[in-house]
Amino acid sequence: MQQAGDRIFAASARGAGILILLVLAGVAAFLVIQAIPAFVASPADLPGGQNIAVYVAPFVFGTVISSVIALIIATPLAIAVALFITHYAPRRLAQGLGYLIDLLAAVPSLVFGLWGFAVLSPATLGLSMWLNTYLGWIPLFAGPVSVTGRTMFVVGITLAVMILPIITAVSREVFLQTPKLHEEAALALGATRWEMIRMAVLPFGRSGIISGAMLGLGRALGETMAVAIILSGSGIITFNLISSGNPSSIAANIALNFPDSTGLAVNTLIASGLVLFVITLLVNSLARYIINRRSEFSGAN
Amino acid sequence: MTTDRSLRSENQRDTERAEPEEVEPQAVSLVHAELPRWAPYGILVGSFVVVGALLAVWVGFSVGLFVFLSAVLFGLATYLISRFVEGGRKATDRLVTIVVTVAFLIALIPLVSVVITVVTNGVGRFDSAFFTQSMRGVGGANDLVGGGYHAIIGTLIITALAAIMSIPIGVLAAVYLVEYGKNRLARAVTFFVDVMTGIPSIVAGLFAFALFALFFGPSIRLGFAGAVALSVLMIPVVVRSTEEMLKIVPNELREAAFALGTPKWRTILKVVIPTSIAGIASGITLAIARVIGETAPLLIAVGVTTGVNFNPFANRMATLPVFAYYSYAAPGVPREPFLDRAWTSALVLIIIVLVLNLVARLVARLFAPKTR
Repeated sequence: MQQAGDRIFAASARGAGILILLVLAGVAAFLVIQAIPAFVASPADLPGGQNIAVYVAPFVFGTVISSVIALIIATPLAIAVALFITHYAPRRLAQGLGYLIDLLAAVPSLVFGLWGFAVLSPATLGLSMWLNTYLGWIPLFAGPVSVTGRTMFVVGITLAVMILPIITAVSREVFLQTPKLHEEAALALGATRWEMIRMAVLPFGRSGIISGAMLGLGRALGETMAVAIILSGSGIITFNLISSGNPSSIAANIALNFPDSTGLAVNTLIASGLVLFVITLLVNSLARYIINRRSEFSGAN
Repeated sequence: MTTDRSLRSENQRDTERAEPEEVEPQAVSLVHAELPRWAPYGILVGSFVVVGALLAVWVGFSVGLFVFLSAVLFGLATYLISRFVEGGRKATDRLVTIVVTVAFLIALIPLVSVVITVVTNGVGRFDSAFFTQSMRGVGGANDLVGGGYHAIIGTLIITALAAIMSIPIGVLAAVYLVEYGKNRLARAVTFFVDVMTGIPSIVAGLFAFALFALFFGPSIRLGFAGAVALSVLMIPVVVRSTEEMLKIVPNELREAAFALGTPKWRTILKVVIPTSIAGIASGITLAIARVIGETAPLLIAVGVTTGVNFNPFANRMATLPVFAYYSYAAPGVPREPFLDRAWTSALVLIIIVLVLNLVARLVARLFAPKTR
C-alpha cells in the first residue's frame, strides 16, 4: 500500500516535469504549424506584397534597437543601484529598498506604456530638442524632433525602467555572494570602499552582471504594450531616434495588427512571433548558460 | 604608508604603480587629513544655493534642471575639495559614493512618477459605478457612465483558471526536481524552466491562439485560451520559487522522518511541504501578481467585449488590462470618459498588484517556520 502511494506520487511529480517540457515543445510546435502557411505562400499574397523576410526585417530591427537602447541605459544604472543596496545603504534600510526596486518589476507593462505616453513623452521633449541642437551631427539625433515626443528614444527609456529591476536583482544576488573574506582583506589592506568594490566585488560579480543584463535584454526584446502604446511605428529602418518616423517592434506590431487580421495575415504575424521566440530563446539560453557555468565553480552554494 | 605599499604589491595588475616611488622625506604621520563629518552636507547645501542663484539669474528656474545641475556640481565640488584635502583615492571614493546614491534616486523617480500619475488620473472615476457597470449600452439615451465591472470579472476568472492549472503542475514539478530528480530529465526540466521564464508574453498568447485555432478555427477567442497563455507564463515562476523554498528545508527533517519508517511521499506531504508552505504560498502569490497585469496574451487570445461574460469556455471576455488598452488606444466620442476609465483601470490593476505583493511578503514573514 505504501509502495503504491510512493509510486503514484513519484509518477505524478515526474509527470509534471515532463508536462512542462511538453508545453515548451508545444509552444514551438504550434507556432511553427501556424507559421508555415506564411513561409510557403507566394509573396504577392502577404501583407506588403513581399517576401516574408522583407516583411519581418524592419520589425526585427526595431525590436533590437529599442532593446539595445534600453540595455545601454539600464545596465550601468542597475549595477549602481545593486551596489547601493548591497554596499552603501544603511544595513537596516537595505532590504526595504530592495523591495522598492522589486515593486518596479511588479507594475504591469500596460501601466508603463500609459505612463510613457502621457508623462515621459512630453517630459523628454526638451531633452530631445537639446540633443538635436547640440548633438545633431550624430545620425542618432538628426531629427527633426517629433513634436509629440512619441519616439524610439522614449521607448528605450521606458524599456530601461522596465528591465532595471531584473538586472538589479541578479547583480544584487552575486554581489551579496562575494566572499566576505575577500572584502575584509581588501579593507584591512587600507583600500577605500570603492577600491574594495573594484578589486573584490566587481570581478567576482562580472558574469552575474553579464547574465543579468542578458536576461534584461530578453525581457526588453519581448516587451509589447509599452512599445505598442508609445510608438506609432511603421515598417521603416532608421537609426534616427528622435524623429516622428520610427520602426515598430515585432511584439508591438503583432499586438497592434492581430485583432483586425484574418487569413494569411494572421499566419504572417505568427511567423514574426516565431522569429521573436527564437531570438529571445537564444538570448535567454546564453544568459542561463553563463549563470550555470559560473555557479559550478564559484563554490557559492 | 606601509599599508599603502603592501596593498599595491598585492595588486598585481597595477604593475606600474607597484614600482618604487620616491618616499617623501617628511615625518611619517599615521593620520591622514580628513574632511569633517559635516562636509558632504555643507557641500550639498552649497551646490543647491549656487545652482539656484545661477539659474534664477540666467535661465529661469526649472526643477529638473536645478536638481540635475546641483547633483553635477555636488559631485564635482566634493571630488575637487576632497582631492585637495584628502588625496586622490579618497576623492574617487567619495565621488563614487555620490554617483551610486544618485543612481539609486534616479531609479526611484519612475516608480514615484508612475504611482502619482496613475493615482491623480485614475482617482476621478474610482467610484461605485466603475465597479458595478459594464460598457454595455453606454453612450445611448440612458444615463450610464460605464465602468470596468465586466473587465474585473474577466480578469478574476481568467487569472483564477490560470492559477488552478499552474499551481499543481508547478509545485509538483518543483517537488520532482528537489526530491526525486538527479538525472538528465531533471536537468532538462531545470534548464527549460529557466528558458520558459524568458518567453515573451505575446508569444505565449500566440501559442494559446495557435493551439485553439487548430481545433476551433481562426476566429476563436475565449477566456480559457487566455488562461492557458497565462499558465505558460506562470508555471516557470511557480516552479522556480517553490524549488528555492523546498531546497532550504533542512535534510535532517527528511532523515528524521525516514528513520521513523515514513514512506517518501508522506514525508514530502507531511514534513517537507508544511515546513516550507509559507514560502511556497508567497511565491505563488507573486506569480499571480505577475500574470494578472499581462495585456498582450489576452489581447491575442481573449479579445475584448462590452458586456459581462461569466463563461470562460465560450466567447470573448473583457479583462482589465485589455479594457484599459482599448479605452486608451481606441477611445470613442467624446474621448475624455474613455481615457478616465483607462486610468482608473490602471489604478485598480496597480492596487491589485501591490496588495498581492504585500500579502506575499506578509505571508512569508508571519507564517515562516520558527527556526529555534
